[in-house]
Amino acid sequence: MPPHDGYYAYLSALAREAPEVTMLRDAMITFRYQMRLLLREPVWIVIVMIQPLLYLALFGPLLEPIASTKGFPPGDAWQVFVPGMLIQLGIFGSMFVGFGIIAEIRYGTVERMRVTPASRLGLLLGRILRDTLVLLIQATLLTLIAVAFGLRVPASGALITVGIVGMLGIALSSLSYAAGLWLKSEDALAPLLNMVAVPILLLSGILLPMSLAPGWLRRLAAVNPFSHVVDGARAAFRGDLGDSSLAIGLVASALLAVLGLAVATRTFQRESA
Amino acid sequence: MIEARGLARTFRSKTGVVEAVRGVDLDVAAGEIVGLLGPNGAGKTTTQRMLSTLLVPTAGEARVAGCDLRRDPIGVRRQLGYVAQGGGTNPAAKVDEELVTQAQLYGMSRGAARERARELRETLDLADLGDRLIKTLSGGQKRRLDIALGLMHRPKLVFLDEPSTGLDPHSRANLWTHIRSLREHHHATILLTTHYLDEADALCDRIFIIDHGKIVASGSPAELKRRISGDLVTFEVEDIARATEVLAAVPEARDVTPVERGLRVTVDRGETQALPLMRRLDEAGVRVGSLHIAHPSLDDVFLTLTGRSLRDAPAAA
Repeated sequence: MPPHDGYYAYLSALAREAPEVTMLRDAMITFRYQMRLLLREPVWIVIVMIQPLLYLALFGPLLEPIASTKGFPPGDAWQVFVPGMLIQLGIFGSMFVGFGIIAEIRYGTVERMRVTPASRLGLLLGRILRDTLVLLIQATLLTLIAVAFGLRVPASGALITVGIVGMLGIALSSLSYAAGLWLKSEDALAPLLNMVAVPILLLSGILLPMSLAPGWLRRLAAVNPFSHVVDGARAAFRGDLGDSSLAIGLVASALLAVLGLAVATRTFQRESA
Repeated sequence: MIEARGLARTFRSKTGVVEAVRGVDLDVAAGEIVGLLGPNGAGKTTTQRMLSTLLVPTAGEARVAGCDLRRDPIGVRRQLGYVAQGGGTNPAAKVDEELVTQAQLYGMSRGAARERARELRETLDLADLGDRLIKTLSGGQKRRLDIALGLMHRPKLVFLDEPSTGLDPHSRANLWTHIRSLREHHHATILLTTHYLDEADALCDRIFIIDHGKIVASGSPAELKRRISGDLVTFEVEDIARATEVLAAVPEARDVTPVERGLRVTVDRGETQALPLMRRLDEAGVRVGSLHIAHPSLDDVFLTLTGRSLRDAPAAA
């Protein structure tokens, strides 16, 4: 008879383990696997950073004269601009991971892993963990480069902002995976992402602060949770840690992360996904 | 190993409701190699996907490897190796990365997974390829890697969906050898789907013929062929008229038909019934020059059951 009865005993022992333990282990297995694949083509990690770096070099200098304009928020041009760039990195750096899951669906690897007893939430979290880790490294690098450009920022404020970027990363990579699993086609995902990204960007005050905007535009931006996240990050960069906009920004980004995870989990557990 | 009753699955599409599988009963005993044979779109893959917990059945019940499909899907997954039609490997990954990660997802330790990967690579002719990128593998190698992935956790039951589709004849024959050895060396029960008659014939102990989402016949390849059409026995004789007279009096010999330089009859079992018939002819003074027994092919079986040839059957998705 099969020489592996002991193995089944071992498996059923695992089955009695708390599901959270299995989930975390499967998340770590997936994370390591995904990370190894990513590091085989590390050029992508750098390419995602090029866009905010270009903004920093080619758009940032334009802001210096504007910083003295009436309505420009407190803080110097870099303190206002760099947090915006970090949030932009958080959004755009994570938004496109859905393309990766579509490729994986096509390879059949998603389905293969779904027939294993692995926790489906674990399979998803491992991927999100990879995306978020990469994002945190990028955000740290971007902040350090901005310091070289002349940014003055308290370490605590910068750390809090990088944390906010991490939460945005969780939110957007989750939502992007959900959209990818749902649409299963690059041709459908690309226009969807564009349609969502542009209003989010324009109504968040990332490029120019919304305090410069007319009333109607400001009210419109207030509906966009990302504008509150940007305001919060700016307060952190000024070192104004007691400012209510920072608390609101933190809550907004945490809610976005929870929402994203919830949507992605549901989508990933759906049978046909 | 598998007991399924009334498994059914409908899909909603833009054009209406599609009944992909309509009430399939399936029994597979431990150690068997069983085939689901049918044209594309017959419901083979849908049946397998339901039995492997990838699709929830719209109706019906099943026990797979001792676990209830609906109540204990994790239990099913633990003991099942599933090799999908298109495979399931990332071209940018290395062979051992996929193998080891797969085993880890079943709860194996890294060390045990490495050892198991090495072992399976050796038995599946992938011995030196552990460090190779999957995109550099040949079609046959990739297919064997898919099978290795399905075997990493030593499953009791292995599902193979169209195992040899897209392979050249040499890789195909080689793959068949490996599939046969799954039972010997890995003690696995195998349920495979195929739309190739020769594959079903070469590999399976038993076959379920499936068409339009229903099982239309089942049995061993030999039984199916015998049950549907019988064997054709052709005698070369000179006196065809006399021979016809003799054999028409024998009830087991059906459809006595004169052919060029001889006579053809249909019997249930060519091997055991041809010689007695020849003796009858001999006793009646008819000299038999030669004797030929032909077994019907599974294609004949399919044709008889559905009115269509398996090769001509429409290729639906």
